[in-house]
Formats: sequence, structure tokens, C-alpha cells
Amino acid sequence: MTTLDSSKEIQKNNSEVNETHEDFRMFGLITFLIADGMTFAGFFAAYLTYKAVNPLPDGAIYELELPIPTLNTILLLVSSATFHKAGKALLKDKNSDSQKWLFFTAFLGIIFLICQLFEYFHLPFGLTDNLFASTFYALTGFHGLHVTLGTLMILIIAWQSRINGGRLTSQNMFPLEAVELYWHFVDGIWVVLFIILYLL
Amino acid sequence: MTISIDPQKTNNESLQPKGWLRYFSFSLDHKVIGIQYLVCGFLFYLIGGTLASAIRIELASPMSDFMPRDVYNQVLTLHGTIMIFLWIVPVVNGAFGNYLIPFYVGARDMAFPRLNAVAFWLIPPSGLMLVASYFVEGAAQAGWTAYPPLSITTPQSGQIIWILSVLLLGGSSIFGGINFIATIIKLRRPGLKLMQLPMYCWAMLGTSLLVVLSTPVLAGTLILLSFDIIANTGFFNPVLGGNVVVYQHLFWFYSHPAVYIMVLPAFGLVSEILPVHARKPLFGYTTMVFSIMGIVVLGLVVWAHHMFTSGTPPWMRLFFTIATAFIAVPTGIKFFNWVATLWGGKISINSAMLFSCGFIINFVFGGITGVALAQVPFDIHVHDTYFVVAHFHYIVYGGTVFIIFSSIYHWFPKVTGRILNEKLGILHFIITFIGFNLCFAPQHWLGLNGMPRRVAEYDPQFQFVNQISSLGALLMAISTIPFLINVFLSVRNGKNAGDNPWNALTPEWLTSSPPPVENWEGEAPLVEEPYGYGKEIS
Amino acid sequence: MLNKNFYLILIISLVFAISFWIGFNVNLLPAEASINAPIYDELFKILFIIGLIIFIGMTIAVTYSLFKFRKRNDQIGDGIALEGNLSLEIVWTIIPSIIVLLIGLYSYNIYDRMGGMKELNHNHEMMSSNTEKIWAGISQTSDNEIAINNLSIEVSAMQFAFLFNYPKGNFISGELHVPVDQKVSMKMESKDVIHAFWVPEFRIKQDIIPGQPTILNFTPTKVGKYPIICAELCGPYHGGMRASIIVEEESDYNEWFNKNKKSEVNL
Ligand code: HEA
Ligand code: HEA
Ligand code: CUA
Ligand SMILES: [Cu+2]
Repeated sequence: MTTLDSSKEIQKNNSEVNETHEDFRMFGLITFLIADGMTFAGFFAAYLTYKAVNPLPDGAIYELELPIPTLNTILLLVSSATFHKAGKALLKDKNSDSQKWLFFTAFLGIIFLICQLFEYFHLPFGLTDNLFASTFYALTGFHGLHVTLGTLMILIIAWQSRINGGRLTSQNMFPLEAVELYWHFVDGIWVVLFIILYLL
Repeated sequence: MTISIDPQKTNNESLQPKGWLRYFSFSLDHKVIGIQYLVCGFLFYLIGGTLASAIRIELASPMSDFMPRDVYNQVLTLHGTIMIFLWIVPVVNGAFGNYLIPFYVGARDMAFPRLNAVAFWLIPPSGLMLVASYFVEGAAQAGWTAYPPLSITTPQSGQIIWILSVLLLGGSSIFGGINFIATIIKLRRPGLKLMQLPMYCWAMLGTSLLVVLSTPVLAGTLILLSFDIIANTGFFNPVLGGNVVVYQHLFWFYSHPAVYIMVLPAFGLVSEILPVHARKPLFGYTTMVFSIMGIVVLGLVVWAHHMFTSGTPPWMRLFFTIATAFIAVPTGIKFFNWVATLWGGKISINSAMLFSCGFIINFVFGGITGVALAQVPFDIHVHDTYFVVAHFHYIVYGGTVFIIFSSIYHWFPKVTGRILNEKLGILHFIITFIGFNLCFAPQHWLGLNGMPRRVAEYDPQFQFVNQISSLGALLMAISTIPFLINVFLSVRNGKNAGDNPWNALTPEWLTSSPPPVENWEGEAPLVEEPYGYGKEIS
Repeated sequence: MLNKNFYLILIISLVFAISFWIGFNVNLLPAEASINAPIYDELFKILFIIGLIIFIGMTIAVTYSLFKFRKRNDQIGDGIALEGNLSLEIVWTIIPSIIVLLIGLYSYNIYDRMGGMKELNHNHEMMSSNTEKIWAGISQTSDNEIAINNLSIEVSAMQFAFLFNYPKGNFISGELHVPVDQKVSMKMESKDVIHAFWVPEFRIKQDIIPGQPTILNFTPTKVGKYPIICAELCGPYHGGMRASIIVEEESDYNEWFNKNKKSEVNL
């Protein structure tokens, strides 16, 4: 039978829960990232299938140079570390340190994008040249979009962590943590992409 | 009684329009959003049904005489797309999910109310855009599957609009899915255990997992397809070295799970309705939960059964045959459990009950033809014929749409405080049931004997059977009339229902009908046994 | 005294009897005109009977409970508080599993007899070479089976027609002529969008895909004229994309062939 149990704690109003339990916004974000990851998984699956069954036409150019993407890999890995530093600093209420680290992370992201564009302009093939070229641009481009978005968000939270009047404090870490998780995710995808696209 | 209401929210609430106007606003109330989903979906059902009627009129005669052939293709593409993405998916997930899940987990709203409203408001514009594409340069005409290279070579504007609107609808569905998962896992009332949740929560959890895992793949695929169309890339264009079969794999990786996205919530709803009207506990709660999860897992690995005649290697066909047929096992468990729920009950035979039992019968039929289709050698003959059309209408209409009607009869008193007229309801059921079977049962024969699907013209030998089918469709169209009359009459003048007309035990009935803004005056009740019928009531 | 079990057994045997009767006496399929067809119909019969048993059984169970356990006017209160029965649930997990597994094995056997699991071979002297990848199809030719007298045909499909190329006679026909009781081996490729080759009387269907040749082998067994239907949506005139296959006695076929062939091709 139904138990109307009044001794149990009252289920709080929703928006109040929002304020006290950060973790379920984080939970939503993780679910979203899984979904986002599936989009990449679809692209990777398509790429690998093409590679396995669709031979390139004779004379198609598909060489990729390694230096720039390797540099990019390092940039992203370092940026993950610097972001982590920013979080640590904020936790210790060192807002200005945190802000510096954030700007540095955003800076690394921007360098990444510049390198990526540089690579695009120096590749011997264009978007529509062949299947390999198209998939290459689709994958790296979609990832680049994620980096762009991430960089913008980092700049926003960097602004929010300013000392006077900033919203970001050690009590309100959620925006920073969310962007950080997203950024690590984008890094992780890049590593997979680097292995599959450049090394395989 | 002390209710803790966040002041900020109260302010928001007072800014929101009152009365019926709030259904046209960016409301954050899960109950309002649920109704918005339902009404919006139903309007699109009428549009999709009108298109279906056009299809059946065209097919009443062997010649292509009612509309031009390319218009026929546009009509069937719009029919399929609208029915799936704007009627079934938003209604069984969005409408009932939003209305019921917060009650079931004992919360005052969904986990992310704003995201929820955004998810809903993506739907009307993309639906209207889709319908409007007909008036631009012709709507998409490559079928709801949009296989390239056909979808690349047909007029572009229609196809691009189709892609855009399916992307938006997919986005809406993903946002909804995230919200449901978070609400069910994280927003449960303290003390409420997972295994005490009403079955619909489990169904929605499983469905949302499928949404989150498979819809993004569709999005990625459609983005690639749109590149092929507008940027002249060659992912799926054989002329440029692309591979058309890869599209089919990616598409069905979403669209097979999508069929369970369309039916799992219906499984959940029927699990709520049957125990109430049979006055018996849901039979085999635990196995039900496991079979839902079994369907989720299996559902992700069977997609290639839609491609038995495309370029797939033999081992792949074999694997997908076995995997597909095995879905009959967890599904079967659910059906046997429902029959066992009825067995020995004190069943009230009302509209909700009749539609639920109609669902069981129709779905078993559609499921059995599904298992037959899963056998490669069988499918090789009937693939892309009316046999397949009959199979899935038995499931989507005979299954899901029947459950939507059943649910409307069941929860109408909850939403409005009034009961729908039973006589009209039973009339509605009878006409629908007869019309439905008349329309789709003969199509099995058509498919077996040589009528392919997606054709505006056919051999004269099939005329008689097609006319029977069209007659059935006419009955189905007529059957909506008593339903609509019933709803319009009962909203204002229906019999007063009281708070709990069915004496149900699930949590949504333990508050007033219609419920107050934050669901409960006071705290949410802890319902440990949502199906505790027959136990001595104190 | 007749007890409950007796009625149960009676009903079950009735359901079986009715299903078997319908399965054996109601013919829902078109004529059988290839070696595939009787094999297919055998599978169909089995699936039909099993399906009927399950469907009729479930329908009876539902309607019976609706009548038997309906609430009479004077009744109040609830039904029995039965929440489950583990052994029953195990039974209806295991039985469908066995049925599904048996059906799966059986249809594998059928598919194998149709030639679906064989290596895909196309017996054609002029086939471009091994570099070309054959994608899919039904084959009835295993390596050692490739006989000279196999009839090789190359099918190309386009919006909205089929063309049949007879390489041995170096001509192209819009109608497919084949001699009865002889293995036909077709290699199919599309020029534009996806089409499909379907002959209902042969119970075979195979997509014709642009850029990826597919194979379809069959052996007709009955003289006559049958429709070839395009089964994959390929544009506005998809419904009109038809051709005919004419199965004839060997002598008639040879006559037709000799009338049409353009040049002697030396083998
Ligand atoms: C809600 C939608 C829905 C659902 C739930 C299903 C459920 C199933 N479907 Fe269906 N299907 C579609 C919608 C759906 N389908 C659509 C839309 C298409 C066409 C797409 C297109 O091309 O446009 C399609 C096409 C389709 C095909 C491809 C046909 C073709 O194009 O050639 C196949 C092949 O395997 C298939 C199989 C199945 C199976 C095995 C199930 C199983 O899940 C069914 C399981 C249920 C039961 C079996 C009944 C209950 C069980 C028992 C009572 C136990 C005892 C039973 C046995 C032991 C057999 N479906
Ligand atoms: C998912 C849900 C769904 C639903 C509910 C339906 C419902 C119906 N479908 Fe649907 N159908 C599909 C999904 C669905 N369909 C899909 C996915 C396809 C494949 C498309 C493709 O090949 O790409 C398809 C294809 C399809 C075909 C095959 C077309 C072809 O291959 O050539 C046919 C033919 O008979 C058909 C008929 C019907 C009929 C008669 C109904 C009826 O049940 C509809 C009954 C409803 C009504 C009749 C509405 C009543 C209202 C009015 C009459 C209007 C009144 C107006 C106002 C008041 C404003 N459908
Ligand atoms: Cu060619 Cu349909
Ligand atoms: Cu499927």
C-alpha cells in the first residue's frame, strides 16, 4: 500500500536543488558529452570503413605531414594541464592566478586553431578532391569547431573569474568545472583523431 | 503546510501567462510542456494522416492519376518523416515523459526546465519548415530514409530543408533524453529506490539511453549528406568515389534504435495502464526491467537487418539475423507478463483497457512478421515491399498509436479533472480497430505477391486488395471524428472525475486533478509500491 | 470430471491444428518458378505456422481474460495480489529463445541451400579482373561448379530501365531471355542511383548499386513470362521501372539468341 511518509526530508524545490547539488548539472553535461562523442564515433566509423573498402583513385594525393599535428597534440595536452591549474587556483581562492591560467589555456587553444588553419592552407588537397580529403576535413573541421567553442567559453569564464564582481568563486566552481570537463573531452577526441587520422 | 518555493521561481511564475495562454508561452512547467508536446504532436498527426489519406486515394486505382509521381514521392516522404519525428517520438517521449516522469520520481519539475522548454520549442518551427518545403521547390522526395545517391540528385532545396529539420528534431530529442536521464537518476525523491519506480521510468531510461547513443550518429550522417548536396563532396556519391552503403549503415545505426525509441515508452505506458484497470499488480516487475535493458542493448546491434539486399557480406547477414530475432525474447517476456497481469484480475472494460489490449494483439502480429523479416532468406523476397509497410504499421500504428489513445483515455482525468465519454471512446476503439486491420492486413498479401513499396502505380491485379486497404484507411480517418468530438465535449462538460477516478496507486494520482503548479501541496508522497493492488487497504 | 488442464490441452491442440491447417492450405505466395522458390516456400510455411500459433494463442489469452476476468457490476475490490512467478517467467524466456534459435538455424540452412553463403563468383571470361570487388548477392556457383554452359549476363540499371548485356552474343536486350533449368549468373551495376532486381516468382531480390557491382545467380524452372520489378525507390518513375524475364525452352532460347547476336565471339 501507499505510504505517505512525512518524516522523510522534503524534496526541495527544483531550482533550489539546482543551487545546492552541482553534480546533477555535471551529470547532464557528461550525458551530453557521451552524445557528442557518438557523433565523432560515427565519423570515425565512416572514415575507417572508407579506408578499408574504398581504395583511392590513382594519383590521389593523401600525404599528411606530421610536425604540425604533433605540435597541436602537445598544445592541447599542455592546455589541459594549464586548465587544471586554473581550477586548483580558484579552489584556493587565488582568482587572479586562476584567471591567468585560463587566459593561457585560451591562448593555447587559439594557437592550436591557427596551426590547424595553417595546415589546411598548406595541404596538397582540397575538400572535394577525394573521399580521404573530404573525410579528413570533415573530421578535423568538426573537431576544430569544438575547439573554437571551447576557447570562447574559456574566455567567458576567464572574464567571470575576475577579482571584482566576478561570478566565479571557490563557492561557485560549476562553470569552470563544466568547461574544464568539456575541454578535456575535446583533447581526448583529438588524441583519438590524431592516432586514427595521422598515425594509422 | 510549509512549501519551500524558491522566490526567484515564484517571480518567473507570476510573469508567465495564465489560463490557456500559457500553452503558447515559453513555460517551464513540465505539465504545460507535456501538453504542448501532445497537442503539437496531434496536429502533426492530422497532417501526416491527411498525407496518408492522399496516399491511399492515389493507390485506390492502379494508375498514377490522383497526383503526379514526384508529388507522390514527396507525400510519402513527408508522411513517414512527420509521423515518426513529429508525432510518435515527441508524443510517447516528450508528452507523456514530461507529464509523468516528475510525478513518478517525486520531483516538482524536470532536472533542467529551461532545456526542456527549448527542446519543445525546437519542434514547431522545424515541423512547419518541413511542411512548408512542399511550397518552395517541392519537398524532399527520397523517402524518409533519404538514401543517397537519390537524395543527392533530387531537387536540392527540399532535401536540405528536410535535413535541417530532422537535425533540429534530433537535437530536441537529445536534449529531452539528457533531461530524462538526469531526472530519473538524480532527481528521485529521497528514499525512493530505483526498483520502486513505476515501469514507465525504466522504459524512459532505456529509451533515453538509446536517444543519447544513437541520435548523434544520425546527426553526423545527415551533416555529411548535406555536404554532399551543397559542397559537392563525395562521401556518399559514387561518381566521386563515395560509398552509398556506408550511409545505410550509419542511417540504420540510428533508425533501428529509433523504432525502439518509438515503442519502449509505449511499453512503459501500457505497464502503467493495465494494472490500474485490471486491479492487479504488474506481473514480474524485475524481469520487465531486465527485458527493457535487454532490448536496449540488442537494439543497438541489429541495424543491418534493413540492408539484407544491399551490399553486405554473408557473415554480417547471419549475425544480424540471429541478433534481430533474439529481440523477440525480451519483448516476448513483456507480452507474457502483461497477459499474466490481466489473468485473474477484476478488469474494467473501458476505452483505455480496450486500446491497450488492441495494442497487445496488433503488436504481437507486427512482431511476428518482424521476426520473419529478420530471416535473411525470407527478407530477400519481401524487402522493400508492402509486406514491410504492413509490418511496421502494425507496430507503429497498431502498437504505439493505440497506446497513445489508450493513454489519453487514461490520463485525461488527470490533466483536466474530467472523464472522457466512454460510449464515444468505445465507438472510437471499434472503428479504429476494424479500420486499422482492414487497411494493413491485406498489405501483407500485396507484398508477398509482388507489389513493391513507394510506388504510385501498380499492376491491375492488385487493385481489389488495394481498395480494401484504402477503405480501411477511410475508416481510420473517420475514427478520429468521435475522438475529437469526445475531447472537445469533455474538456468543458465531461463528467467530473475527482482526484483519482481509477483508484490508482501510482504517484501522479496522489495529488489533486488537475495538479497544482508544483505537483504537490506539501511534500511528495513516497510510493513504495506503485502496483500494490489487492493488498489489504487499510 | 474434466479438469482445467484438460481444457488447456484441448485449446492448445486446437490452436496447433488450426495453425497447421492454415499453414498447409492457405497459399499466399505467387507461382514457383526457380529452384529458390520451393526452398523459400518451405521456410515461409514454417514461419507462417509458428507465427500463427503464437498469434492465435496470444489473442485467445487476451480475449479470454477480458471476458473471464471482467469486473461484474456487483464486484468491488481488487484482483489477486500476484506479483510474479519466477518459474513461469523462466519458462517463457526459455521457450521463445529455443524457438528463435531453431528458426535461426533453420533459416541459415535455407539460406545456404539458396546459395547465399557461398563465395561470390561471377563466371565471366571478360570480367575485368580480381581488382574489382564484388559486393554482395546470391551465388549458386561454387568454384568447382563453374560450368562453361553457365549463362552469364551483365545487368545495368538506370533511371528508369534495365538493360541486359549478353556478352557471348555481344548484344544488349531490354528483355531478359533465359533458357529453362539452366544456371544464370548475373553481374549487376547501376549507372545512377540504387535500384533493385526483383522477380517475385523466383523469390530473389538484390540491390543494384552504383559503383559497387553485385552478383545474382538463379536457375529458372518453369517456362513463362515473369515481371522484373525495381524494388528500390529511384525517382518519380520508380513505379514504372519494370522489365520482363522470359523463361523458355532451350531451343526457343537459342533461336532468340541467334537472331539477336551481333557477331561470333570465340571462346
Ligand atoms: C516501433 C517500431 C518498430 C518495432 C518495435 C519493430 C520491431 C521489430 N522489427 Fe521492424 N521495422 C519498423 C518498425 C519497427 N519494427 C519500421 C518503421 C521498418 C521499416 C523501415 C523502412 O524501411 O522504412 C521496419 C523494418 C523491419 C525490418 C526490415 C525489413 C526490410 O526492409 O526488408 C526487419 C527485419 O529484420 C524488422 C524486424 C523487426 C523485429 C524482429 C522486431 C522485434 O522487435 C519484434 C519483437 C516482438 C515480437 C516477436 C512479438 C512479441 C513476442 C512474443 C509473443 C514472444 C514469442 C515470439 C516468438 C518466439 C517469435 N523490421
Ligand atoms: C510512424 C507512424 C506512422 C503512422 C501512424 C502511419 C499511419 C498511416 N500510414 Fe504510414 N508510413 C510510415 C509511418 C506511419 N504511418 C512510414 C515511416 C512510412 C514509410 C515512408 C517511406 O517509405 O519513406 C509510411 C508509409 C505508408 C504507406 C506506403 C507508401 C508507399 O510506400 O508508397 C502507406 C500506404 O498505404 C501508408 C499508410 C498509412 C495510413 C493509411 C495511416 C493511417 O493510420 C493514418 C490514419 C490517420 C488519419 C487518416 C488522420 C485523420 C485526419 C484527417 C483525415 C484529416 C482531418 C483534418 C483536419 C481535421 C484538419 N503509410
Ligand atoms: Cu529503379 Cu526503382
Ligand atoms: Cu530495424
